Amino acid sequence: MADPQALALRLRRFERAERLVHRAVAVLMFTAVGTAAILYNGFLSEPIGHRRWVKRIHVWSGFGLLVPVVIGLVSAAFRADLRRLNRFSSADFQWLRTKTRRDGAIPVGKFNAGQKLNAALSTGAIIVLLATGTLMYFPSSTRLSWRQGASFVHDWFALGVGLLVIGHISYAMRDKESRRGMRTGKVSTDWARSNHAAWVAEMRVAEKET
Amino acid sequence: MSEAGTSDGRSDGTPIGRRVVLGLVGLGALGIAAGSTVQERLARLLAPVQRADPTGLTSLLPLGNTFRYYSVTSSVPRPTEDTYRLDVNGLVGVSSSYTLEDLRSLPQQELVREFQCVTGWRVPEVHWKGVPLSHLLDLARPAPTATAVTFRSFDGAYTESLTLEQARRSDVLVALEMLGKPVTHDHGGPVRMYVAPMYGYKSTKWLSSIELTDKVVPGYWERTGDYAVDGWIDG
Repeated sequence: MADPQALALRLRRFERAERLVHRAVAVLMFTAVGTAAILYNGFLSEPIGHRRWVKRIHVWSGFGLLVPVVIGLVSAAFRADLRRLNRFSSADFQWLRTKTRRDGAIPVGKFNAGQKLNAALSTGAIIVLLATGTLMYFPSSTRLSWRQGASFVHDWFALGVGLLVIGHISYAMRDKESRRGMRTGKVSTDWARSNHAAWVAEMRVAEKET
Repeated sequence: MSEAGTSDGRSDGTPIGRRVVLGLVGLGALGIAAGSTVQERLARLLAPVQRADPTGLTSLLPLGNTFRYYSVTSSVPRPTEDTYRLDVNGLVGVSSSYTLEDLRSLPQQELVREFQCVTGWRVPEVHWKGVPLSHLLDLARPAPTATAVTFRSFDGAYTESLTLEQARRSDVLVALEMLGKPVTHDHGGPVRMYVAPMYGYKSTKWLSSIELTDKVVPGYWERTGDYAVDGWIDG
């Protein structure tokens, strides 16, 4: 059990802009995944019907995913976090290879390598889904074999994104403090020390410098 | 632990994230170009597995070779053997209202052809059986002013059209059977259109009437989406 004083000390992890981007992406992603499930599975589409509207909501929530991300780029904090997610250090590779990665022996920065991997895979897959979705949405402007390919790619990447989303949520469900970080923007120093030690050290240095 | 190894705040480390993103985009592009071939092979390879799978779970794999259920309304009525009627009217010499029994007693034609959706999914080698539309048109004796045919669905919303010339093709059926059995409700039964040379949206489900008109009236998806009125399946 951590001592209450350490718990009371809160570290700033996410700015307001980042939390809003996260919230907006989550709502759009749930809408896109939910409508995708209806469009794809007969046992859902049969009782629900209204294909034009389900399709419309799916397409607009899908294209809409871009909006919060692009607007979010205005925020320096969001840009800085994207930079962090992009860069893999040698410690990250070590972290991925080690079974006991969660014991804190390898100091983790603001994001662990799993989070970085999830961010990259999700981003790539969403871009592919947007591109293939566009081909399917404007059939008269592309040849059939491309639409067949696009449909095939869209289905498999959608399955992949679905699994990433499930993984992301199940990790979040296991860690109350990380959820609080995304909800309030702040985390306890204690949690940060055991999960993101290198980030805490980095913040200390930054504090001293200012 | 070196400073470079622990801190991810600066620009040290390798931009793996970007490479993963670009790699996936490349994979996606490759899939668009080669996907139809890969999918066909994969579907053929897994067909025996899917047939032998008692749970049906493998049919959820996105192989693109299964039907997807399309309905544009909240619910579709289920006419019975006694209540179903197919009306043929408009610019004709003889208007008729066919029962299922009437339709079954007319000459039947069988076709084994793919069902191709405009968005890309297709079901190969579907067995179709029904009355050639040209036969029903002959019986109706179209007026000289008739140049097109409008199909209506008893879902109350869906319509489609063909020119009279297209409608007279031998591979256009008023289908009573599909996949070797009477057309099921989900597939548009008891009676649906099957326009073999065109995309699926031209094959009206839950067919209730065929009207001869003096011009082609754009159909349901053609009014709301990027769908060609002449829905020929290209190369």
